[in-house]
Formats: sequence, structure tokens, C-alpha cells
Amino acid sequence: MYGKGLRPLSIATVAAIVASLSLVFFYAPLDADQGFIQKIFYLHVPLAIVALVGFVIGGVFAILHLRSGNSKWDAYSYVSIHMSVIFGVAVLLTGSIWAKASWGHWWVWDEPTLVSFLIVFLMYATYYPFRYAIEDRERQARYASVFAITAGAFVPLNFMAVRMAQSLVHPRTFGTANGGLPGEMMLTFLVSLVAIGLLWTTLVKFELTAKSASGQLKRLRRALDAPAPGGSSRVAPEVS
Amino acid sequence: MTAGATRSATPVVPSRVAFAAILGKDLRAELRTLQSLPAMALFAVTTFVIFRFGLDRTQLSGDLASGVLWATLLFAAILGINRLFVAEREEGGFDAIRLAPIDRTALFAAKGAALLAYLVALELIVVPVFAVFFLDSAAALPPLALVLLLANLGLAATGTLISSMAVNSRARDLLTPLVLLPLAVPLSIAATGALEPLLAVGGPGYHRFGTWLAVLGLYDLIFLLVGYAVFDFLLED
Repeated sequence: MYGKGLRPLSIATVAAIVASLSLVFFYAPLDADQGFIQKIFYLHVPLAIVALVGFVIGGVFAILHLRSGNSKWDAYSYVSIHMSVIFGVAVLLTGSIWAKASWGHWWVWDEPTLVSFLIVFLMYATYYPFRYAIEDRERQARYASVFAITAGAFVPLNFMAVRMAQSLVHPRTFGTANGGLPGEMMLTFLVSLVAIGLLWTTLVKFELTAKSASGQLKRLRRALDAPAPGGSSRVAPEVS
Repeated sequence: MTAGATRSATPVVPSRVAFAAILGKDLRAELRTLQSLPAMALFAVTTFVIFRFGLDRTQLSGDLASGVLWATLLFAAILGINRLFVAEREEGGFDAIRLAPIDRTALFAAKGAALLAYLVALELIVVPVFAVFFLDSAAALPPLALVLLLANLGLAATGTLISSMAVNSRARDLLTPLVLLPLAVPLSIAATGALEPLLAVGGPGYHRFGTWLAVLGLYDLIFLLVGYAVFDFLLED
């Protein structure tokens, strides 16, 4: 069955999220400059990191798909990108809230990481119209994999170009290196990162299980029409 | 397994020959039908007129000049990129390539080269018009050509890749700009970054010129390699 391990994974996710929220609200110190609003950092940054890693993972699954021709990897790639796009919406929303609270504007073009993320998000948002404009199932999977690989190569290049487009005199408001964080904040951040990573993994696994189940249902319906011997309960997930 | 069976897919015709044949076919077809280039050039010139009134400027320099020039060239390029594989699809060229004993990458290279030729031809027409319309002097044109050439290479790589996929979809004309524009953002950042000081008032400047050329070169390299690596999978059937 595809749902194997889903329950312990879900429990671990809930536990990690509870732990991370407790740390965020009761353990991590208030930021000297920004006060309470800085706590959105523990949600925004892990979400962004997990979404970007998810995009790259989608690209890796796409390579596996093209190399092996197994449509299972295409489903993995699709679900990874799908979940990362959803996380991406959350990243842009939390980033926007943070920008409003600390700079007074809902959107700032001076923050290269946020702008890069927007461009990456726009790129991956075209994955859906692109994918579903191709009718043939097998070709759709192949083209989607090519898209995922191309976009995966685009992500680091885009981050570099956007960062370079900033005038060099602009001060970095938030250091990229987390090494500057005090120990308590660092610990809270890492726990939050693990929690969000687990959340992503669980949701991906849920969607794959659902896709596998609906594929199984389709197969059973077909078997009702034309009974055939054999058939396994382990059905690879498919994008439909 | 015999050697013959495993080697049956090995190209018999050298890729160089296949490349030259496809590229020659494309350029000849374009010269005879003039389907893409005049439309692209006309579109670009009209866009300059739109910008003249949209920005309400008769002279452009610096960031405005680089932005107008690049945006116009990019959108005009998309017109050509949209049509790049239309003949292949409508006249069965894809099937012919699949049947032919050639390396499929030759198609990518030839189509990319054809697109590069279109873009260079487009710029040879349109950039002088831009200079006449908006610029004080033509001093910036030689270094500008270098920037545009590098940008064209990257656009040819990504454009060929996206166009070959979009043409086989239901929403072809819609898909190319949709996917290509975000993909071209790093290219646009680097190209306008290099063009801006070149077009500044009081003669061309070279602030961070080398850096931007390096970014353009990196973009070209990455997407030529990606295209080379994945193009085979686009032709399987």
C-alpha cells in the first residue's frame, strides 16, 4: 500500500509543529529591533527554504523519470512542485506581512531574496498551464520533466542575477548567514525548519497516496467492466 | 544481442551535415516566405512608437533606453519563437526528423542557430531605428552589439527548447510567452544591466560591464547544456 508510514509521519509532523510553535512563542527571545513581528521569521524563512528545496527535488525526480521512463517518478516530480508552489504562496504572503510590519510597505523591490522568490514562483506557476495543455499522457509526463529540469537550473541562476541587480550600496537588512543569530533563536529556527520540512514531506506523501488510491479505483472500475486475473494493490501514483 | 541491433539507433548521417541541412532549409524557407522576420521588425518599430507616447519622451537614455530596447526586442523575439516549429508540426517535419538516421540534437542546434540568425537580423534592422528615434549618438552601438549577441544566444537556447514543447500542445501561442518570460528574467536583468551604462547620457559607460557579460555567458552556457541534455526526450514518441 502507498499509505504505509503515513500515520507515524503525520504524528511526527504534528509533534514537530507543536514543538516549533512552543519554542517560537515561549522560548525564543524577542528581537531587539523588530519585537514580536520578527517571530514570523520562524515561519517565513523555513517555508521559503523548504519550497526551494522542493522545487529542486522535483527536478531530481524529473531526471529520474527521464532516465528510467517510469511514470511513478513523474508523479513524484509533479507532487513535489505542486506542494512547493502552495508553500510558495505562503512564503509570499508571510513575506509581504513581514515587509509591511518592518518597512511599512506590502512589497519592497530592494529585498533580493523576496524578489528572486517571486520570479521563481511565477516560473513554477506556469507549470500547470504548461502541463495540462499537452494531451497525450506519456508526452505530458516527458515534457513536464523537461520543464522541471529547466526550471531547476533556472533557480540558482535567477537568485544570482537578482542579487547582482541590487545596487551594491544597499545594506542587507537580514543577513543571509544564520550564523549571526543568537543560540536560542538558532535552535528555534532549526526546529521550525525541521517541522516545515516534515509538513512538506507528509503532504507530498498524502497526495501521492491519494493519487495512487484514485488510480487503483480507476483500475478496479475497469476490471469490473472487463474482469482480468491478477493485479496488485500497490499502484504507482499517476498525475491525472 | 547483436551489435547491429544495439547500434540501430546510431546516426548514420554526421550531425554536421544534418545541422547544415536543417538550418539551410529553415533559412531558405524564411527567405522565400518571409513569415517571421518582417512581422517581428514591424512589431518592434510599432512598439517604439507606443513607448514614445506611453512614456511621453522623444529622447531616451540610461535605464529607460535599455528597458525600452530590451523589452521591445524580447517581445518581438517571442513572435518569432512562437512560429519557430510551426512548419515542423504542420508539414510533418517532426516525423521526418524522427525517421531520419540523424542525431536529434542536430535539430536543436539547427533550430537554435536559425533563431539566432532571425534575432541578429531583427536587431540589424531594429537597433538602428531605435538609435535614430531615441538616441543622440551611435557611439554605444558597437559594445551594444556584443551584449545583444550574448543575450540572443541565451534566448535562442531557451526559446528553441520552450517552442519545441509548446508547439506540440493545445495552447501553443499562449504557452511560449507564458513560460519563456519568467525564464528570460535573469537574461533581462543582465542585458539591461549591461545596456544601461552604455546608453547613458554623455557617451557609453562600462560600469560592471564585464560582470554582466559573464552572467549572460553563464546563462547561455547553462541553457545550451540543458537543451542539449534534454532535447532528445522531446522527440520521442
